[in-house]
Amino acid sequence: MTSADRSDAFVEFDHVQKSYDGETLVVKDLNLSIPKGEFLTMLGPSGSGKTTCLMMLAGFETATHGEIRLDGQPINNIPPHKRGIGMVFQNYALFPHMSVAENLAFPLEVRKMGKSEREAKVRRALDMVQMGEFGNRRPAQLSGGQQQRIALARALVFEPELVLMDEPLGALDKQLREHMQFEIKHISDNLGITVVYVTHDQTEALTMSDRVAVFDDGRIQQLAPPDELYESPQNSFVAQFIGENNTLEGTVQEINNGVALVRLDGGELVDAVPVNVSEPGERTRVSIRPERVEFLPDRLSPDAHTLDAEVLEFIYMGDIFRTRLRVAGRDDFIMKSRNAPDQVRLKPGERIKIGWEPSDCRALDA
Amino acid sequence: MSDATDATTASQAPTPDDGLRIADAEARADAGPVLAADGTPLKRSLSRALRMQKMRALMLIAPLLIFVLVTFIAPIADMLFRSVENQIVSETLPETVMALEDWDEHDAEIPGPDTFTALYIDLYLASERKLHTRLGTRLNYEQTGISSLFRKTGRRVKRFATDDYTKQFVALDPEWENPAVWVAMFEQDDLRKALPLTARTWDRWSDFLIEEEGDDPAKEKPEDILFTALYHDLTTGDQSAFTEGRLARADAAVEAFERVDLKAEFLDADKDWASLPVWQTLKIYSPEYTDGYFLNAVDMQKGLDGPEMRPESQQIYFTLLKRTLFMSLMITGSCILLGYPVAWLLANLPARTANLLMILVLLPFWTSLLVRTSAWKVMLQQQGVINDVLVWLGVVDNADRLIMINNQFGTIVAMTHILLPFMILPLYSVMQTIPPTYLRAAKSLGATNWTAFWRVYFPQSVPGIGAGSILVFILAIGYYITPEIVGGTTGTFISNRIAYHISSSLNWGLAAALGSILLAAVLLLYWAYDRIVGIDNVKLGG
Repeated sequence: MTSADRSDAFVEFDHVQKSYDGETLVVKDLNLSIPKGEFLTMLGPSGSGKTTCLMMLAGFETATHGEIRLDGQPINNIPPHKRGIGMVFQNYALFPHMSVAENLAFPLEVRKMGKSEREAKVRRALDMVQMGEFGNRRPAQLSGGQQQRIALARALVFEPELVLMDEPLGALDKQLREHMQFEIKHISDNLGITVVYVTHDQTEALTMSDRVAVFDDGRIQQLAPPDELYESPQNSFVAQFIGENNTLEGTVQEINNGVALVRLDGGELVDAVPVNVSEPGERTRVSIRPERVEFLPDRLSPDAHTLDAEVLEFIYMGDIFRTRLRVAGRDDFIMKSRNAPDQVRLKPGERIKIGWEPSDCRALDA
Repeated sequence: MSDATDATTASQAPTPDDGLRIADAEARADAGPVLAADGTPLKRSLSRALRMQKMRALMLIAPLLIFVLVTFIAPIADMLFRSVENQIVSETLPETVMALEDWDEHDAEIPGPDTFTALYIDLYLASERKLHTRLGTRLNYEQTGISSLFRKTGRRVKRFATDDYTKQFVALDPEWENPAVWVAMFEQDDLRKALPLTARTWDRWSDFLIEEEGDDPAKEKPEDILFTALYHDLTTGDQSAFTEGRLARADAAVEAFERVDLKAEFLDADKDWASLPVWQTLKIYSPEYTDGYFLNAVDMQKGLDGPEMRPESQQIYFTLLKRTLFMSLMITGSCILLGYPVAWLLANLPARTANLLMILVLLPFWTSLLVRTSAWKVMLQQQGVINDVLVWLGVVDNADRLIMINNQFGTIVAMTHILLPFMILPLYSVMQTIPPTYLRAAKSLGATNWTAFWRVYFPQSVPGIGAGSILVFILAIGYYITPEIVGGTTGTFISNRIAYHISSSLNWGLAAALGSILLAAVLLLYWAYDRIVGIDNVKLGG
């Protein structure tokens, strides 16, 4: 971490570790700095430590080791209610015995705010999430999406600079979830707040975030903007976890001018960008996105290696075609092609040659 | 963000079965009742389809239902009925009750000779059936001394000088001594009408002979009461019906008969018969149903001018009722105070530890109630464990050890301990349903621990407090064993008094009235709770 990072860091995890039982570390040496106004997503499978990180930031868990700083101040010993961090919970946690307006007024009341000011702020917050009509309802009388909006409004009504969201859309159906993703993103952009968002849904992470931290096994595997994360995964976990991915195992033959020649276990040769490999003889996993695989002869790069493939299955998915191929002895190689008027529809049993731009293929750790 | 309420519109978006629903609604609007496929109304065919199911459900509960009805509900209903029932007076002394109808309890004079004649006949028969002591006991609840009055008179009543009537009738016609004459006489309806008292007395007498003695009335010598009744009827009624025969002769001669002064006989047996209150009590308690027991249960009594308070020295039940309510409230309160933190801990500990704690909470359930109560006796008594420890620690001087038992304190301590699980369990099951995220959310919104608890957690646990309180309070208000053992004189409940009246004083009517009041109090509380908190908010689980 450079000093330049430190200066504009709003939230900072500094060598943070967390253990519940004293035997295993749930969070291993976490270093993360989040600048003001950023929408950062912690993405990872369950048990990867992302929620624990969020809870440490919110103050509901204490770090076993290391320091968490908010706006330069260490907050390890500050109780949650004094941190001034807004939080949206997975099940919304709207207080069932209070009306919507009372729920929103709660954080203002405990801050001893005057009645008129309180009402004005509640009204503004309700209008912001377009729920102005619902102030007198009980949470139980609202639909899931409406409850979600109220939970968001409640986390924002006391104007925190940092808002944490713990899988807030997990309980919504797909359509509503996609809509809410944009809405949350817009609101956070408009208000200029810093958001730390936890999810296990990679689409959500990619669509909403400025940067995504991919968690696995208590560590950040990669911290990058969505496009970089998708296109240049730093290791095979990230490559597997983000989007769909074909992997082929092999050994590095030679590395020349930033292109690695990899001999697959079946004997075929492919070109790839060396990411985690540095010298010939290393074992590697070659990773290629299904939509970057080409099979039309005129679109194949002339100087790149090609592979023989047999069509096993052709699935029509509307906007795309999904073709399952047998490549280099593997039955699960997927190729996606756009449904364009001139697109060729392959039939099972057909034998084709496939290839890709060497820059789209990445030689990662084995 | 074009759509203001996408959540509502999303849920209201047209779906394929909308069409069906609309068509369905239209059909209902047009055609009245919905019909099943075979043309019968849907409701009827539905109820037919469900009938078998209902029958089976009924069959399944039938054994328990019958058992409870026979062994529980019916006896309780009977018991409660006793709180107003007062037929013993009119059944034992029917003639007297009838004669007293003409007498006003406000009169300064005791009733006249006719009433004494009736009382003589009633008491004679009652003492034959040995019922007079029971009646005496009953009336003794209202007026002390009546019991011994009845017992004493019952012994004497057969030796009253009414054999004078018998002798005079027999002297007139020896056939009067022949029971067959009497049997034949009361087979004639016009005679029965002309001699009402004698007819009724004959019926009661012959019933007694048949039922109790197994004798034939036609073979038993007529008793003095019959002649007394006959004398009474002949001297008072209209006997124009007797133109000839034995009765006409008797009617003609009866005016000259020597009169037996029954009033004097009674006064001779016991001078209390001259006392006005005895007769007033008899009159006031002659109806078949009475509110006397209930008045008694609230320290009142039936006076000459309606209900009135009992003398100060006899007032116990109202105090006892107040004490029962007060102590039950105290017990409920201390159960909440002690149970709430435990329930909270139970609900928030990891499952394994919580289970262990739960076993500790339930442990008292597995121990006999008597053992637990006796244990408290050992702990709390003046030479008991707690006092010994306090003396040993020097907190309390050996000379003035604390009195913690046989008073209200002991009862409250022991009953709080015994009823605590009934508070903890409902509290626990409610608290389990409150997600910990609520507290976290409150804290993240800036609430201190206390505010988060008080504003967010506590209101949601109120249904548990309500359920636990109702349970504990209702159990406490009717508790018997523990106050009996550790309550002494100042820590007993109304139930102890009920038990006393059931088993010792045998005043079941009063016991039933006290029980009814207790039942009514519980139902009233239940109703009030339903109005204020709502019984739907009571959760015992889930």
